[in-house]
Amino acid sequence: MSENNNNDPIIVCQDVHKWYGQFHALRGIDMEVRKGEVIVIFGPSGSGKSTFIRTINRLEEHQSGQIVVDSIELTHDVRNIEAIRKETGMVFQQFNLFPHLTVLQNITLAPLQVHKWKKEKAEEIAMQLLERVGIPEQAEKFPGQLSGGQQQRVAIARALAMQLKIMLFDEPTSALDPEMIKEVLDVMTELAESGMTMLVVTHEMGFARSVADRMFFFDEGQIVESGSPEDIYNNPQEDRTKLFLSQILQH
Amino acid sequence: MEKTHTTQQATIPFWRDERVLRVLGQIIFLIAVIVFGYYIYNNMITALAKQGMTPSFAFLNQTAGFDIGERLIEYERADFNKRAVLVAVLNTVQVSIVGIILSTILGVFLGIARLSTNFLVAKLSSIYLEILRNIPLLVLLIFWYTGIFITLPRVKEAISLGTSIFISNRGMVIPWGIPTETWRAYLIVLGVGIVLSAIVNWQLNLVGKRTGRPPLVTLWTIITFLAVAIIGWIALPQSPLTLDLPTLQGLNFKGGYTFSPEYLALLSGLVIYTAAFVGEIVRAGILSVSKGQIEASRALGLNAFQTLRLIVFPQAMRVIVPPLTSQYLNLTKNSSLAVAIGYPDLFAIAGTMHNQTGRSVEVIALMMGIYLSTSLITSVFMNFYNKKIKLVER
Ligand SMILES: Nc1ncnc2c1ncn2[C@@H]1O[C@H](COP(=O)(O)OP(=O)(O)O)[C@@H](O)[C@H]1O
Ligand SMILES: [Mg+2]
Repeated sequence: MSENNNNDPIIVCQDVHKWYGQFHALRGIDMEVRKGEVIVIFGPSGSGKSTFIRTINRLEEHQSGQIVVDSIELTHDVRNIEAIRKETGMVFQQFNLFPHLTVLQNITLAPLQVHKWKKEKAEEIAMQLLERVGIPEQAEKFPGQLSGGQQQRVAIARALAMQLKIMLFDEPTSALDPEMIKEVLDVMTELAESGMTMLVVTHEMGFARSVADRMFFFDEGQIVESGSPEDIYNNPQEDRTKLFLSQILQH
Repeated sequence: MEKTHTTQQATIPFWRDERVLRVLGQIIFLIAVIVFGYYIYNNMITALAKQGMTPSFAFLNQTAGFDIGERLIEYERADFNKRAVLVAVLNTVQVSIVGIILSTILGVFLGIARLSTNFLVAKLSSIYLEILRNIPLLVLLIFWYTGIFITLPRVKEAISLGTSIFISNRGMVIPWGIPTETWRAYLIVLGVGIVLSAIVNWQLNLVGKRTGRPPLVTLWTIITFLAVAIIGWIALPQSPLTLDLPTLQGLNFKGGYTFSPEYLALLSGLVIYTAAFVGEIVRAGILSVSKGQIEASRALGLNAFQTLRLIVFPQAMRVIVPPLTSQYLNLTKNSSLAVAIGYPDLFAIAGTMHNQTGRSVEVIALMMGIYLSTSLITSVFMNFYNKKIKLVER
């Protein structure tokens, strides 16, 4: 694989469609993400935001169109799917930590099983990541013993342990109490500054404004509008965008 | 802070101190149990005394005087009652262990089938579960016995499966091994196999601890044992068992091993009934692992097998083990319904013994003691396992 130039797209989606039975959930999504970009996706509930980012690591299958991640096309080929999953990490709204494993085991599981690393190496990197997300002292605890904010930071560390190129976040702070949102957003901001390519579904507009390179507004399975945070906030073109922004910025 | 804490505690009157109250509660409960137990015991002794009897287990060392149709060890009617009890216990334990193993296997299949995306498979297994859960076990046992096993053809017209398994109204005869001169040597080989597989198990667990990647420990342990068993069988100059094929001679089969219709009816009834509950437990266990767990695992790059083995299975087991334990205990206790179809289990033989000796209190106490201790042993074992796999919560 050739070294990616910073201007090369690392994710290319062309005319992506997805149906759930009769329901047309994604109606022709086009998106190119360059290496190191931070993309924020927002829009009303049920607009297909989750569905879209979940097609990128094949948690959902798209039925037509093309998705290419780091020059690997997503097809029915299991090898491609596995290769893409090694390059992308995902952070879920509900954290989805493994409750039967300690924090350290949660983080080292995939490096040990997928990358077949030595235990010492995996644990060393896991501890570095726990330092980075600010909770090294929790390594031996179980997820059930942590607060929501701590759990979500472990989930981020767990994804990062795979040494990946792309991070997908699906409403990472929506299940958190207000005082914990900041600790997770701080970790995400630091991650963005370190040059990670990020796709973030979120309604945290402060985060979007300060960190996002581009924002995409989704409605009814389509991209209604996209642009820099400046453009979207100060000069939205579409009525639907204006309406939605006025609703979420009110409170 | 620390100081005010202690001074405050020192001033609590004891009747408001929760620590004192907790201990006190236990002591009062214990006293109540002892008083009640003594009252019952006293009552019983007085009642027995009125009939001119004192409780005694001396009857265990008297001749039994009755036959037992099915047994795993040698027994004659001239043997002591205690020998008869042993025969009975072994029968109960044997049918329970075989029943537990078979109902677990069948139940796991049913549970998984009910979750199947194949409509027919899912529907059939859910019908099975619904029907079986709603029929009393006693009815089921009598159905198997009178409706199926003893209405089978007579010995002369026995149904044959293959060339040497025969099913008739006298039960099922299968080929059986007869020990040859090398059998004792082979037992030693099997002992070596157990030791070797224990070593393999131990070493692989160490490897798992060291690398963080647990190998398939159970699988390799079993493979080691089987390998030793097979190599030993081939290497011995004469094979340790010769096959004893059943043949029809006169009115009955000679040779092989016969399972009686009573045993078969009891086993089938217990297995089919318990498997329905096990199936439900397995299904609930699998469903208890949220979809998010599987998605998180797959998103991390673990494949379907790794996800099943490392994420789904360990979590499902936590939900499955406690109710499964009570199903195992139920099966063991339910085996006492054998009395209805004439299989000589503990309950049936205790009944006979009671009739013969008139020692009702002692026989019932003995029987309860035995059921209780088998149940307790099972519970202790399963609780130990359950503790090992329990989740830590906040
Ligand atoms: N597994 C599914 N089966 C059927 N419909 C689904 C499924 N998942 C999502 N949908 C539908 O697809 C639409 C988009 O869902 P989603 O991507 O979760 O929206 P968002 O994340 O933007 O709130 C919704 O209308 C939802 O009801
Ligand atoms: Mg969503």
